[in-house]
Amino acid sequence: MRQAPEPVVPASAEQAPTLTPEQRRAVQTALEAHHARAGALLPVLHAIQEALGFVPAAAVPVIAHALNLSRAEVHGVISFYPHFRSRPCGRHVLYLCRAEACQAMGARVLEAEVKRRLGIDFHETTADGAFTLEPVYCLGNCACAPSLMIDRTLHGRVDAARFAALLDEVGGEP
Amino acid sequence: MSATVYVSRDASALAVGAERVAGAIAAEAARRGTGVRIVRTGSRGLCWLEPLVEVATPAGRIAYGPVTPDDVVGLFAGGFLDGGAHPLRLGRVEDIAYFRRQERLTFARVGLVDPRSLDDYRAHGGLKGLERALALAPAEIVRIVTESGLRGRGGAAFPTGIKWQTVLDAPVQPSALGPQPSKYIVCNADEGDSGTFSDRMLMEGDPFLLIEGMIIAGLAVGATWGYIYLRCEYPHAQAALEAAIATAYAHGLLGADVLGSGRRFDLELRLGAGAYICGEETSLLDSLEGKRGQVRPRPPLPAVKGLFGRPTVVNNVITLASVPIILERGATYYREFGHGRSRGTLPLQLAGNIRRGGLIEQAFGISLRELLYDYGGGSASGRPIRAVQVGGPLGAYLPESQFDTPIDYEAFAAIGGMLGHGGIVVFDDRVDLAEQARFAMEFCALESCGKCTPCRIGSTRGMEIIDRIRAGRERAADQVLLRDLCETLRQASLCGLGGLTPYPVLSALEHFPEDFIKPSPSSIAVGERVG
Repeated sequence: MRQAPEPVVPASAEQAPTLTPEQRRAVQTALEAHHARAGALLPVLHAIQEALGFVPAAAVPVIAHALNLSRAEVHGVISFYPHFRSRPCGRHVLYLCRAEACQAMGARVLEAEVKRRLGIDFHETTADGAFTLEPVYCLGNCACAPSLMIDRTLHGRVDAARFAALLDEVGGEP
Repeated sequence: MSATVYVSRDASALAVGAERVAGAIAAEAARRGTGVRIVRTGSRGLCWLEPLVEVATPAGRIAYGPVTPDDVVGLFAGGFLDGGAHPLRLGRVEDIAYFRRQERLTFARVGLVDPRSLDDYRAHGGLKGLERALALAPAEIVRIVTESGLRGRGGAAFPTGIKWQTVLDAPVQPSALGPQPSKYIVCNADEGDSGTFSDRMLMEGDPFLLIEGMIIAGLAVGATWGYIYLRCEYPHAQAALEAAIATAYAHGLLGADVLGSGRRFDLELRLGAGAYICGEETSLLDSLEGKRGQVRPRPPLPAVKGLFGRPTVVNNVITLASVPIILERGATYYREFGHGRSRGTLPLQLAGNIRRGGLIEQAFGISLRELLYDYGGGSASGRPIRAVQVGGPLGAYLPESQFDTPIDYEAFAAIGGMLGHGGIVVFDDRVDLAEQARFAMEFCALESCGKCTPCRIGSTRGMEIIDRIRAGRERAADQVLLRDLCETLRQASLCGLGGLTPYPVLSALEHFPEDFIKPSPSSIAVGERVG
């Protein structure tokens, strides 16, 4: 279950926000690459999110039409999986592990520190657009806890000082 | 002559700086004009020594660790390329007690070979199991796997051979969906349990072994198409598998003519999208079909009516990766390892607050205490170990009095626990078990697929009851209510998520009742809102 409010799929295509040319290209590329695969929806959504950082609501009817699904089915899948997002995220996504092995090494304290320093809660983006914070339940780095992942880079044995250093290191990057 | 240096590319090693260490070694070698070949391997599983660097010498591979980029100049000065003395020198990994005591069957090559090289895989004994399987009738392969005693390593411990027999015997109905493979092999690589990382390590460190196991499974049941369903939280495993699958196709290991046998097996990697429930096999199948990952009622079993309605083998990574050695060395060889009805070896993962965390592959029968103290060396914090959660977030919290339990499926069931996927998460004496019990309910609420009521609603009610117990209102009555709720979850949930969440909750209440009567509400506010 996701807690952040999700944009509702508009009832009619006329009212839908339209895709930008860049978005339309990304959606078309994803559909062309994956539409023929069995159970294509997740690969399509992954490809779109990989390209754009999120799956625009306006892409839903396009995907539904191409895969012969209802818009409800596509929206239902996007909203079911925590990984898929319907809104743009920050320049970096920080996935913070909340699971037991990290808890045993102080993840609750780290979580409080991360939220305090970024000034945001889970599923939110910092005012400068640098970071979106997402909870994650295990990164598979349980012998070097606590762990977090920034975009696709994993970090282990993270304490408050290491986190501060990581913020400095990554925060300045575009 | 150029020296060969091995640096792990395992995610866990990278997370503590292995990439920078490899970079520093290359830079220093270039500065000195010394030829160095750096081979990026998987991890040996001695996680507290990562980043671990090994150097090939006439006396074997000499290890140094944990190495930071700042140590590299000193290592060169100390002659580490010839195995020279240095404070970080550990000697041969094979001589380190933690490693020497292990019985590595499935993980024999992990950390040793270059996971991107099929030649290296072959040179270290790979593909022998497949070569043998190609000469056998399907029923014969199934018989060998059945006789080996192998049980599903994902957690349910169902006999693998019996599952395969069911798929082999399943009649294939013509499909309305048009031409499609008649049966499927699905590898469950959605390793979502906290405290587990053996699937990840294996996929990153020896991906060809998993591919080999899946091809053998395909030969055994008559399936020509396989999927690996990998969680998207594992980008390094994704990269390793993508590379290995491409190499396997390029070398005729996958495709229309497996090793020139005329037999077909295709393999595709699919990514999950952050839903823990998709580690449950029927949710996984729905997810693979492009749907919300919701649990299917059983029957029909996936073995009879699985992916796209076809008979499907769904096995965990370690289960499939255990098959090649069984085919290569025979059922008896594998069976001779183990204890009671738990045969073979289990890759255990020692994690959380432990001094020497890592991967320990050992025959069933070793005690939890040996793992925690002989291997693990006690807690990382140096404080007493108070509780251990075995088997992931749905596993029981065990107190010190149960540390002598042997690693054995039945022995853990007998104490109200479960071995699950072999993850062991250690907590010191600062843990609050009421908080952990609450988290178990919170996790169930967050990850519930919503299909069945006990799990969807009961988990949130469970959190509320635990909050009330901790707040101290009507504590006795609420404890009765909590036990009653857990019984409902256990009996009436559609799958293991709701059905097993009572294990951590009730074990915490049973073994650590004192934590439920002390006021500690402050930490509740830290948790995520659920409702």
